[in-house]
Amino acid sequence: MNTEILGIIVSFVMMLVIGIPLGKYLAKMFAGEKVWTDFMRPLETGIYKLSGIDPNQPMNWKQFLKAMMCINLLWLVYGFFVLMNQDKLPWNPDGNPGMTADLAFNTIISFVVNCNLQHYSGESGASYLVQHYIFMFLQFVSAATGIACAVAFFKAFRDKTTTDLGNFWNYFTKAITRLLLPLSIVVSLILTFNGTPASYAAKDQFISLQGDTVNVSRGPAAQFIAIKHLGTNGGGWFGANSAHPLENPNYLTNITEIVSQMIIPIAMVLCFGYFIRRKKLGWVIFGVMMIGALLLLIPSISTETAGNPLIAKMGIAQPTGAMEGKEVRIGPTATAFWSTLTTIVSTGSVNGMHDSTMALSGLWQLLGMMINGFFGGCGVGVLNYFIYLIIAVFISGLMVGRTPEFLGHKVEAREVKIAALITLLSPFLIMAGTAIAAYVFTTHGNADWAVKPSAWLNNPSFHGFSEMLYEMTSANANNGSGFEGLGDNNIFWNVSTGIIMLLGRFLPIIGPVAIAGLLAQKRYIPESAGTLKTDTVTFGLMTFAVILVLNALSYFPALALGPLAEHFSMIK
Amino acid sequence: MNSNILKAIRITLTLTVLLCVVYPLLVAGIGKLSKGKGDGETIIANGKVVGYANIGQSFTKPQYFWGRPSAVGYNAAGSAGSNKGPSNPDYLQQVSDRIDTLLKYHPYLKRADIPAEMVTASGSGLDPDISPEAAKIQIKRVADIRKLDEQKVVELVTSHTEKPLLGLFGPAKVNVLKLNVALDELK
Repeated sequence: MNTEILGIIVSFVMMLVIGIPLGKYLAKMFAGEKVWTDFMRPLETGIYKLSGIDPNQPMNWKQFLKAMMCINLLWLVYGFFVLMNQDKLPWNPDGNPGMTADLAFNTIISFVVNCNLQHYSGESGASYLVQHYIFMFLQFVSAATGIACAVAFFKAFRDKTTTDLGNFWNYFTKAITRLLLPLSIVVSLILTFNGTPASYAAKDQFISLQGDTVNVSRGPAAQFIAIKHLGTNGGGWFGANSAHPLENPNYLTNITEIVSQMIIPIAMVLCFGYFIRRKKLGWVIFGVMMIGALLLLIPSISTETAGNPLIAKMGIAQPTGAMEGKEVRIGPTATAFWSTLTTIVSTGSVNGMHDSTMALSGLWQLLGMMINGFFGGCGVGVLNYFIYLIIAVFISGLMVGRTPEFLGHKVEAREVKIAALITLLSPFLIMAGTAIAAYVFTTHGNADWAVKPSAWLNNPSFHGFSEMLYEMTSANANNGSGFEGLGDNNIFWNVSTGIIMLLGRFLPIIGPVAIAGLLAQKRYIPESAGTLKTDTVTFGLMTFAVILVLNALSYFPALALGPLAEHFSMIK
Repeated sequence: MNSNILKAIRITLTLTVLLCVVYPLLVAGIGKLSKGKGDGETIIANGKVVGYANIGQSFTKPQYFWGRPSAVGYNAAGSAGSNKGPSNPDYLQQVSDRIDTLLKYHPYLKRADIPAEMVTASGSGLDPDISPEAAKIQIKRVADIRKLDEQKVVELVTSHTEKPLLGLFGPAKVNVLKLNVALDELK
């Protein structure tokens, strides 16, 4: 068999081999049972002591969300000022300038919300201080925030009736000390020993073999790239992200990076089942997500390996597939594999440029981000999926004429209203955002911004529309990848995607945690013959159907105008 | 809320020390044991650093093996791809022009011999590698200009072909800089 296919098969198997046991471990660890990482306890006690935190203080859903919002707000304000003044602060060996207010606004939101949409370029736009003390710091804590919120949501269904969702600071700290930090050390060492820079050396200069003078950006990148993937953040140290040969030096690092961005999302789904002592529910959800992931993966790989039909017409060979925007050491198969996974799990790192992938691959990438619930980001993936679950419970309850119930709690008007609002939020933000962008592009082409709207698009026609649609979708999904041809560092894109990222992060966290909090307070109804079982294959398929119908209805028109129209224009 | 703010400030400071000082220093320290000491692995020819093993560089002279087209002219302080969409007419014209240039310098080639990567820009603009096929099509040109025995250059390319990981996973490749350095050393 072809070595490129074998390469992705081994990556896929490794995700499961690591992700599945990790899920069991997380369930035990967050439940406070004995686990092998208990040797970290003194470190945690130290952190609690220095921060004045009592990790055992119970919190109800409102207190939990307040603590979460409070610290996120702090990071937003503090980071914003550091970004604007990075030129005046120390540890800026390459002399990069401070960010403009709109760029700083966009960038700080982007890192706080685990999105990492980058409207700057790492080499020339961020000092080492900002890269480590703001970006890398936020990559850890934003992932830990997502995980902590998911665990609170799990806790609501562990007990029959409760108001206690656990302690935010406790889950948050343990997500770092027991999961993200140890794994980051391992991954960053693998990267370092394969050629990624890890030292603090600044830019270097050399004379090439042919006699050209070349400057090389370097820096402590390996540490950053490890958490960028483990925390499903995706923001690159270098502008070209994981396509950059220092950020992803060989095939082994490519496997390491793709596996490390998948293991926590996979583990969190199974953790849900184990944590609430309903193993089967976890596996059913895992199954639905896996089917969804494969349905996006397989066509994407086949599209990319087939190559560009318009280049095929020129009579040259595309033995491995379409190569524009891709790297030889990685190859089209592994790039297509990565492009789908990075869009479904909301990492948004890239090992090849999405803007240059085939029209249909763009469609699969967009769909992955629109659905945003097939594994999804660290912690938040499960929360997104839960909203679909509630809608599925409600619809099937109506279909069979029973009161909708989820895990022994009646789902009533208030919960369904929250779920419906969250479901409507994504299409609203994406469609309204893209519509406004298209309007500005067509009618205010000469607006006096850093990049004039008429110069926004790197590609004409349908593909240009896709560039705008992709940017809004990526912002809403907190994904962070882009069709990077878009001229996005100007006030319009910085402000609009900034606001969309904020809403697209916090409302889909607050909604599910609130629903879970409300449900957990209700009287527990023991299972009877009349109960709608949610841990069956039938119900799994029902949820899958709900996901399909909701997303098809919401997004088909926009997808038809962008990637589908481009595809049909290419094969005519 | 007030107590939350204080806790938030204090834990932010504490974690900054752990995550932004201790963790990166630990990795940088252990990284000193790696091949490039964590600074990036360099390639030395005639006692001088001529580049980084992982960073592609521009080769335009006919006596060297060429790498892939780059959207940023191999600027290692500003990596990027072309971000051209697959149906963009200007882009397709550019690819067509690159094919013509290649055919001009390699008159012995048929169009079907040209692998796509030699006429398409890489994702980073710094791709250090080409496929073994892309190296093979250039052998005759390089050998003719350097007045070398073609068989010798074939052997050089073969010895510089890196197999897939463990012989099983991923593509085979040739590092263009390492190949050209070896070529210069060939007598």
